[in-house]
Amino acid sequence: MGAFLVKRLMFAVVTLFAVLTLVFIVVRIVPGDPALVILGDQADAQAIAALQKRLGIDRPLFEQYVSFLAGALRGDWGTSLVTGRPVLVEVMAVLPWTLELTAVSLVLGAVIGVPLGAWAAINRNRMPDYFTRILSLIGLSFPPFVSAILLLIGFALALRWFPVISSNRGTPWEWFQSIALPAVNLGLIMAAYITRVTRSAMLEVMQEDYVRTARAKGVPWRVIVWRHALRNALIPVVTIVGLYLSILIGNSVLTEIVFNRPGLGKLIIGALSQRDYMMLQGMMVIYTLIVVVVNMLTDIVYAVVDPRVKLA
Amino acid sequence: MSGSIHEASAAPVPRHRWLRTTIRAFNANKTSWLGLVVFVIVVLLAIFAPWISPHDPLEQDVFSKLKPPFDNYYLGTDYYGRDILSRLLYGAQISLVIGIASTVVALVIGSAIGIVAGWYGGRLDIIVMQTMDMLLAFPSLILGLILVAMLGPSVTNIIIAIAVTSIPSFARIARAPTIAIKEREFIDAGRSLGFSDTRLMLRHVLPNIFPEILVMGSLWLASAIRTEASLAFVGLGVKPPIPTWGGMIREGFENILDSYWLVLAPSIAILVVVFALNILGDGLRDAIDPKLKGER
Repeated sequence: MGAFLVKRLMFAVVTLFAVLTLVFIVVRIVPGDPALVILGDQADAQAIAALQKRLGIDRPLFEQYVSFLAGALRGDWGTSLVTGRPVLVEVMAVLPWTLELTAVSLVLGAVIGVPLGAWAAINRNRMPDYFTRILSLIGLSFPPFVSAILLLIGFALALRWFPVISSNRGTPWEWFQSIALPAVNLGLIMAAYITRVTRSAMLEVMQEDYVRTARAKGVPWRVIVWRHALRNALIPVVTIVGLYLSILIGNSVLTEIVFNRPGLGKLIIGALSQRDYMMLQGMMVIYTLIVVVVNMLTDIVYAVVDPRVKLA
Repeated sequence: MSGSIHEASAAPVPRHRWLRTTIRAFNANKTSWLGLVVFVIVVLLAIFAPWISPHDPLEQDVFSKLKPPFDNYYLGTDYYGRDILSRLLYGAQISLVIGIASTVVALVIGSAIGIVAGWYGGRLDIIVMQTMDMLLAFPSLILGLILVAMLGPSVTNIIIAIAVTSIPSFARIARAPTIAIKEREFIDAGRSLGFSDTRLMLRHVLPNIFPEILVMGSLWLASAIRTEASLAFVGLGVKPPIPTWGGMIREGFENILDSYWLVLAPSIAILVVVFALNILGDGLRDAIDPKLKGER
């Protein structure tokens, strides 16, 4: 187990390093001089040179790369070109909002998706199966901002159950009101993915010899489904859900925009429209960190729950 | 070399058989036909938009701004007094062009990467696929957003950005069956006849894995159309006043409090197209590989 952890950690570090390099390249493929883009055509040469110096883009590329990597590791991600505050401070201010939304949505997705997928699998090619498959396909077809807008129209505008804009969260009720619609939006889409994965994992497990053996020796059907099949089927589900996290994070950007909820999504869209390169660079680092850490955790969880995984 | 020369003749899949396989795949899951029919209708509507649109999509009727549906304009008018139905029909063109082009680009490049990695194996395979996995792990929508913002929102750049985000998936899909097929006898036979690697990959591996890639293509087309709309929604779509579905939702969202129908029509349009493609691809995949049933 120890060797596995070390190996997995090494892989995470290499991945992080590679993606940081990619981020560095992506931010620099922008055609034209960022300083010129930020200041506009009217700027004089002196101002441009000053900004280039401040951005550090007057230095040789390799030097920029080294200082970028060193900065990323030390938590020095530069200062926002728009607000002038450190990028890390800005990111940390909204990170809890996004993490909270993602976590609640993931739980919601699993609570809906896992039972639905299992239900579909044990009723393969019967009504519940068709019903669930159509339902999950509809869920997959919704662009997240479309479903968010429909929820907004339905529950905030027509039924008036929720405020259209809500960032008060002093009382538990206000907290619930601020997170309910965004979390339902992301959670339902996530549920669609999880339903499908659970269903196919269940179908696979139900064909295993140990399930047949259990049936042959007269284990009650309910026990077979819950203890033998579902628990084993959940193992691959965990890994795949870890991969889907990147979809969830992408979707959260659009959800935050529609519900006007603070978070990484609103921050990145703001940075994009204001051409805040330092902020963008920092945002990509934080997204990379989240993805790498989550993937590592899923792999470790996978190894812990499934003794069949080779720990080599 | 265990293969005999006779088996080499069975290697390339004959065209008529390929067509029959496709039709059988459609018949295996009738909902695929439904998806295909809906999609073809949308394609036809987009192609014939200039002839069937009741109005010019850019024409502004300043006296009928924000008109609700069924009042002279079938689906109402937007904030600038433009006919929503006409904009919807023209918007389909952008969605389909960007969706299809980016999927084709990703399919070609991704499959090439996957086949080459699977065929040669070894270090090359490891390095290439690790890179693909990293790209795959990064939130594709965010990667797309950043690429479009950096390159500038033109049709070509949006196509490039969406293609880049879906190349890794095609590489993965193409690689796995390539590894299985390269061990088959007919490949050995081809080798012993002195065929080059390129020829074997293009004429003997590709036709055999193409159905799987194509099914993936229909699912990714759905995803590409969704991504294009999402980009347009956050303001990184084709520049206004050119109508795009995502852009229409973006504009309509500003008037959502009093004119919700502005967002409703394009939302439903996106949903119908993406859903049609999803049931098309999903049904086909079941037919081609029953083991994968229901997985994404």
